[in-house]
Amino acid sequence: MIQTSIIAWILRAVQFGTIIMFGSMGEILTEKSGNLNLGVPGIMYLGAFAGFASAYLYENGTPAPIGIVCILLALISAFLAAAFGGLIYSFLTITLRANQNVTGLALTTFGMGVANFFGAYLLQGEVYTAAPVTNAAFTAKIPGLSSIPVVGEAVFSYGFLAYAAIICAIILHWFLNKTRTGLNLRAVGENPGTADAAGIDVTKYKYLATVIGAGISGIGGLYYVLDYNNGIWATTGQIEALGWLAVALVIFTTWKPLNAIWGAYLFGLLYWLYNFLPKLLGATDVERTQSLYQMIPYLVTILVLIVVSMRRKRESQPPASLGLAYFREER
Amino acid sequence: MENTHTSDAITLVGITKTFGEVVANKNVSLSIRRGEVLSLLGENGSGKTTLMNILSGIYYPDEGQVFVGGKEVAIRSPGDSFALGIGMIHQHFKLVDVFTAAENIVLGLEGHGKFDLRAVGEKVRAICERYGFDITPEQKVYDMTVSQKQTLEIVKVLYRGADILILDEPTAVLTPQETEKLFGVIREMKKDGKAIVIITHKLHEVLSVSDRVSILRKGEYIGTVDTKDATEISLTEMMVGKKVTLDIERKMPVDPVKRLSVKNLSITGEDGIKVLDNITFDAMGGEILGIAGISGCGQKELLEAIAGLKIVDEGSVIEFIEPDTGKADSLIGKTPRQIKNMGVTLSFVPEDRLGMGLVASMGMTDNMMLKSYEQGHSFFVERKQPHDLAEEIKDDLAVVTPSINTPVRRLSGGNVQKVLVGREIAAAPAVLMTAYAVRGLDIGTSYQIYNLLSEQKDKGIAVMYVGEDLDVLIDLCDRILVLCAGRLTGIVDGRTATKEQLGLLMTKADSGEGKAAHE
Repeated sequence: MIQTSIIAWILRAVQFGTIIMFGSMGEILTEKSGNLNLGVPGIMYLGAFAGFASAYLYENGTPAPIGIVCILLALISAFLAAAFGGLIYSFLTITLRANQNVTGLALTTFGMGVANFFGAYLLQGEVYTAAPVTNAAFTAKIPGLSSIPVVGEAVFSYGFLAYAAIICAIILHWFLNKTRTGLNLRAVGENPGTADAAGIDVTKYKYLATVIGAGISGIGGLYYVLDYNNGIWATTGQIEALGWLAVALVIFTTWKPLNAIWGAYLFGLLYWLYNFLPKLLGATDVERTQSLYQMIPYLVTILVLIVVSMRRKRESQPPASLGLAYFREER
Repeated sequence: MENTHTSDAITLVGITKTFGEVVANKNVSLSIRRGEVLSLLGENGSGKTTLMNILSGIYYPDEGQVFVGGKEVAIRSPGDSFALGIGMIHQHFKLVDVFTAAENIVLGLEGHGKFDLRAVGEKVRAICERYGFDITPEQKVYDMTVSQKQTLEIVKVLYRGADILILDEPTAVLTPQETEKLFGVIREMKKDGKAIVIITHKLHEVLSVSDRVSILRKGEYIGTVDTKDATEISLTEMMVGKKVTLDIERKMPVDPVKRLSVKNLSITGEDGIKVLDNITFDAMGGEILGIAGISGCGQKELLEAIAGLKIVDEGSVIEFIEPDTGKADSLIGKTPRQIKNMGVTLSFVPEDRLGMGLVASMGMTDNMMLKSYEQGHSFFVERKQPHDLAEEIKDDLAVVTPSINTPVRRLSGGNVQKVLVGREIAAAPAVLMTAYAVRGLDIGTSYQIYNLLSEQKDKGIAVMYVGEDLDVLIDLCDRILVLCAGRLTGIVDGRTATKEQLGLLMTKADSGEGKAAHE
């Protein structure tokens, strides 16, 4: 009984973590270029909707939809739509030098609005609608490995995106720390004036990092709908909460992609604490305390902020010019 | 020895650059030669830095042509500039603090094959050995001294194979010993056939290191002279456009009275290291007390402790002696506001003009109001008085600005400093503390500031002056207090002190460890 509970908890935590891991990896990449994109929730909405809509239309328009096509269509649409959100943000903040915080928050509202507005056309008056073939393709488990008892259940029974997230974090870590382009990107976020004087095209780096970062964040939204939420689309505010958690996770990781892996799972465990801890303890009054439990990831983020600022380690600080627009001829 | 083989590395023809209403360069033409050191001299706001930023690709000229090696070029970005072999060492270091030396050096370079920081480190080490630099490739920039950061800037451009080097006020933050070492490097590079431009306003440095001097005034090109034919007076006249006297009027202090008494002042930093260690001295009304030291040796903390901005260790004593009653009041444990309300008036010109002293995006009037906000009692702001004060400072100190409501960040460094110093002096303090009051200022303005400070002294004010230029400290101050790594290494008479004596005190390490150790 307890073992089943714990495994179910881990399953939920890893899936939950995968959503915010994508969200925060995209945001880490974005923030490394000095752009504080608070539009992550909106971007995840765009990704979620575009991914779902394309798969849904394909499924319903074809007599025998093929799983792999569903996956490709959904992934590409989600990435492009989310990247488009990043492009809007980039144009406003980099080219027009609009305030980053305001632009980001506006993008959150925008993304949420767009998704729910067009989502209504898919719903056609229903409360929810589903894309079962795509969901099956996204949640397909690894054959063989996933049937190993305990280990297989806890480690090998996720859709491929859960593993892709880990690989993506490792690649991102390698990119930021071991390549020239990564070094240049970090310089842009730390000190764009210096990067510019070193001959780095600051505008290009900021645009690319923000657009690609937004695309990665969008995959998080896609994963939410087509895997975590069983391929069901409904008008909901859930993705927004996840988006903010992804932003909190960026701070929690101290801008290091590798930390996002365990950080995301930890957030997942903490977030789902309400469902499993009372059960393990034998408590019954779950409803009233649920919000308190779900607050824990944010509390942990605040604790990390306190610890980091007390340790004053320079490497754990946010990119020095985060949130600031760069204009070469500024005096 | 005349070198007839020198050819022009860079020729500028008719360069014009404007920032909004401000004309930074107007029709400037000059040439830079190989195997030669050219000094670019000019008052603040004369457009020296702007002109060199055009060469380094930071700014693009509105009009004019740039020739490199005889060919006309368009330098549209710093990348273009490197490709032409131009390397600029900026006045404000262009370094990423959390990166290592090697990472800073390879920043922005196109890759050839594998990205290998170790190979970069080897090449860096070779350059360091060649010129005798003391940096290691693995060192983080935030762990470096100012001198090391500058060295890193030089290594950076050498690594990129630059043969035209532009140094923007390289000696502003160096000790005399470090400056001499830098000049040694510059002479070495000149021998290698590199073209070197040095922007400075320290005339003795111009005379000691350069071959030719080009002068700018208010954005216009005035002329070029051979250094051997120039004197400090002749250069100043070209720069200012009129005769100026480079004398500081230093009167003997008229019966100085003790105004500030500091005993056993210690401050322990957050990492447990003593920033200030057992400092004892008096500051007298009617006297200028100079404070000398390598930057970062506790000068800032000393002034901040007196101004009530730093928490001091147990046992420290800072007392203010009231001019009227002669009563001693302790300043320790009081907030800056309380210190002011007690009738103790301290004015503090912070090291970082724009960071702590002025609000960059506000105009002169609004910045004046920052100090007078307590005077108003009505709901609406009173603008008349600050407006008048701003006008007065603008006229008295000749601040160059399109209007007193122009945001101060748009003014040149010197003009910003004038606004700040003018405001502090207008508060009529009993103790006036200034830190690096002339940093980045040209010679004319600097002497205006020196004489302003001297006037304050004659009014019976106790002036404390943290300075970098030892010649000035010796000419301006009645007594000079020297700090080295937070310790007081001596208080000398300004009238008898020598530069060498001060230099030695600044690097003195009685107890084994100290800044001199790495020399």
